[in-house]
Amino acid sequence: MFFSEHLSKELLAKYGVPVPAGRLARSPEEAERRCAEIDAKKYVVKAQIAAGGRGLAGGVKFAATPSVVTDEARAMLGSSLVTAQTGSAGELVSAVSVEEALDLAENYFIAYVLDPATGTPMLLASSEGGVDFEERSKSDPNAVKSILVGEDSAETRTALADFLAGVGITDPEPVEILLSARSAFETNDMTLLEINPFAKTNDGKWVAVDAKISIDGSTLFRHPEFESIAEAQGLSPSEMEAQKNNINLVKMDGSIGVVVNGAGLGLATNDMIFDAGGMPANFMDIRTTATSFDIAKGVSLLLAEPEAKVILLNVHGGGMTSCDTVAEGVSFAYSRSERHLPIVARLAGQNSEWGNRILRERRIPVETFDTMTDAVTRAVELAN
Amino acid sequence: MSIFVNSDTRVIVQGMTGRAGTFYTDQALRYGSNYVGGVRPGKGGRRHLDLPLFDTVKEAVSETGANASLVIVPAPFAANAMIEAIEAGVETVVCVTERVPQHDMTRVKDALRQSQTMLIGPNSQGILTPGQCKIGVMPTVEAKPGTIGIASRSASLTSEILAHCSKAGLGQSTTVGVGGDNIHGVGFVECLKRFRDDPETEAVVLIGEIGGREEEDAAAYLKTLSYGKPVVAVVVGRHAPQGRRMGHAGTLSTFGLGTAAEKIEHLRDAGVVIAKNADEVVSAIAATKEPA
Repeated sequence: MFFSEHLSKELLAKYGVPVPAGRLARSPEEAERRCAEIDAKKYVVKAQIAAGGRGLAGGVKFAATPSVVTDEARAMLGSSLVTAQTGSAGELVSAVSVEEALDLAENYFIAYVLDPATGTPMLLASSEGGVDFEERSKSDPNAVKSILVGEDSAETRTALADFLAGVGITDPEPVEILLSARSAFETNDMTLLEINPFAKTNDGKWVAVDAKISIDGSTLFRHPEFESIAEAQGLSPSEMEAQKNNINLVKMDGSIGVVVNGAGLGLATNDMIFDAGGMPANFMDIRTTATSFDIAKGVSLLLAEPEAKVILLNVHGGGMTSCDTVAEGVSFAYSRSERHLPIVARLAGQNSEWGNRILRERRIPVETFDTMTDAVTRAVELAN
Repeated sequence: MSIFVNSDTRVIVQGMTGRAGTFYTDQALRYGSNYVGGVRPGKGGRRHLDLPLFDTVKEAVSETGANASLVIVPAPFAANAMIEAIEAGVETVVCVTERVPQHDMTRVKDALRQSQTMLIGPNSQGILTPGQCKIGVMPTVEAKPGTIGIASRSASLTSEILAHCSKAGLGQSTTVGVGGDNIHGVGFVECLKRFRDDPETEAVVLIGEIGGREEEDAAAYLKTLSYGKPVVAVVVGRHAPQGRRMGHAGTLSTFGLGTAAEKIEHLRDAGVVIAKNADEVVSAIAATKEPA
C-alpha cells in the first residue's frame, strides 16, 4: 500500500522528521490560498501521484510568487503525468502539494527496508541523492551503503553516526532524525521508507524534502487509521471487486484473459504467452480459499473486459481448489453473461477430468488441452 | 532418505481445530503421515480428529515427543505461534499462513537465531517426502517417491512441475516450499546443502521467480564448491509487469529485486541447467544425465 508524498511527509512529521512547510491543493484557487498559509520566500508545486520520476517529467515546478503557483497548479491538475514509472497512459493528477522551496546545499538518498536475512530494519544511504538517483545507482552499485539499525541505544547511535560519516554526513542532527524515521518505519508496519533527497539546506537545516512510504497491506487489522487510504489506492473498480472475492487481479494491456490458481503458475503462464507472441489482458489469480462463487465473480469481470478476446484457464487443482470447483465457477459466470468469449482450458491435478466434463456439458465454447504449451499456443492463435 | 522429514517425523498441528487446520490435518492423516496431536489454547485435554489437543506446544511436545509442527493459524497470530514452537525446541516448523505481517518476522528471526529450529515458510505450501510425511497444504496425488529434490518459491508451479516429473518416472526425495514471503526461514541454499548430503537425492530442481535474493544466493553458494549433483532451475516472471506503481527501482535494485533475466544469468554462470518453462523441466533433467 503506497502513500503519496504528501501523506508520507505528514506521517513522518508526526515522528519528528523535519519536512518542508507544505499544503495539499485540489484546485488552482486553493493552491493560491495555500501560499498564504506557508511562510516562504518562494514555492514549489508538486504533482501528487503514486509513482516516481516526477522531477524529470515536469511534475515538480518552482514558483517565485503565488500567482505563478496558481498557474503551475492549473497546468498540472487534471492532466495525466507520464513518468518513467507510470506506463504510457500516465497518472491523473488530482492534487498538488504547495511547499516552501528550499535552497539545498547537500542531497542524500536515504531508505529503510527490512533485511530479508535477519528481519531487522536496514538503512540504505547514498551521497548521490536527488532526481536521477535511480539511474546513477544503477551505473554504480557501490554508491549505496547499508547498515542494520537495531533498537535505540548508545551502541546503535555510535554505529549509526559512524555509518553516516562514511556517507559524508557528519552533523549530529541526522542521527536523531533517522532514529525517529526508524521508529515511524517500525510503528507503522512500513515495508519501505524512502527519503530522497534527505537534504541539508544552505542555512544548515536537515529536511526530508521528498518521501515515499509503502505500508504492509497485511497489517490493516492493526492499523484501522490506514483503511480509508487503502480504499483510495487507485485500484480500478474491477480490481477492487476482485479483491472482495478472493481473487487477485492485475490489469495488463493485451487481449488474453488469464485465469490461474497461484502466483507462480500465473507468472509462468504470462512468460509463455509472451514467448508465443501474445499479450495478457490481465493477471488473475484464484486464492486457495476461493469458492466457486468467488471464481464466478472473477470470470464475470473478465467477460466484461472489452479488450479480452479469449480466456485462458490454466489451473492445477489441489488442496482446497479442485478443478471441478473452478469449472463450476466458470460455467456460472457464463450462464449469467451475454458475452461468451472462447475459453482455452488446461486443467490438471485434482479432478481435472471432472472439470473438463463440466465445461463441455454446460455448452461453454471451450477447447481443452493437456499441456500448458499447447493451451498457450492455441489461446495466442485465437487472440491474434 | 530425504531431507527435513521422513516416516519417523512426529507432527503436531498449531491451529488444528480451524477449518483449514481440520481439512489439511485430515488429508495428511489419510496420506499416512505420523501426526500425533494438536495445539489449541483453551481446548487442552479434548480430542480432535481422534488426536489429543494441548494448550501449549511445550505440553504437546513433552506428551507426544513431537519433533515437527505445522503452523496453520490466522496471520495476526502466526508469529507468536512460530515463536512458541521455536522456543519449545521443535526441530522443523512449517508455517503455511499467508499474509503474515513482515515486521512480525523480526521477532521470529530473533527467536530462530537462538535455536536449532529449521523454519519453513511462512506462506509456504510446506514440505513433502512422498510416501512418508506431508506437512503442509500441497496436493499429493501426483507425488511419487524417488530421487529428485525440489526446492521452490511457488506452490502452484511445484504441483505442475512435480506432476511432469512423476509422469516421466522421476519421483521425488523431498519437495520443500521455501515460501513466497520476503522474510522467511530456510532458503534455497539450506535446501541445496541438505540435498547434497542426502544420498538418495540424485538431482535438484529449483523453482524460482522474480524478486528476493534466493536465486542469487543459490548461485553464489554453488560457485563455492563442486556440488556433485546436477541442478536444474526454472525462474518465472521474465515478462512480469514491472513494479511501476512502486517505482522504487533505486532502492530495490540495490536491495536485490533481481529480474528473472539476471537470476537466470547468475544460475547459469554457476553451472545450473535452465529450463525455459515448466514444460521443459523434465527434458532439462534428462539433458544433465547425458554424458557431456
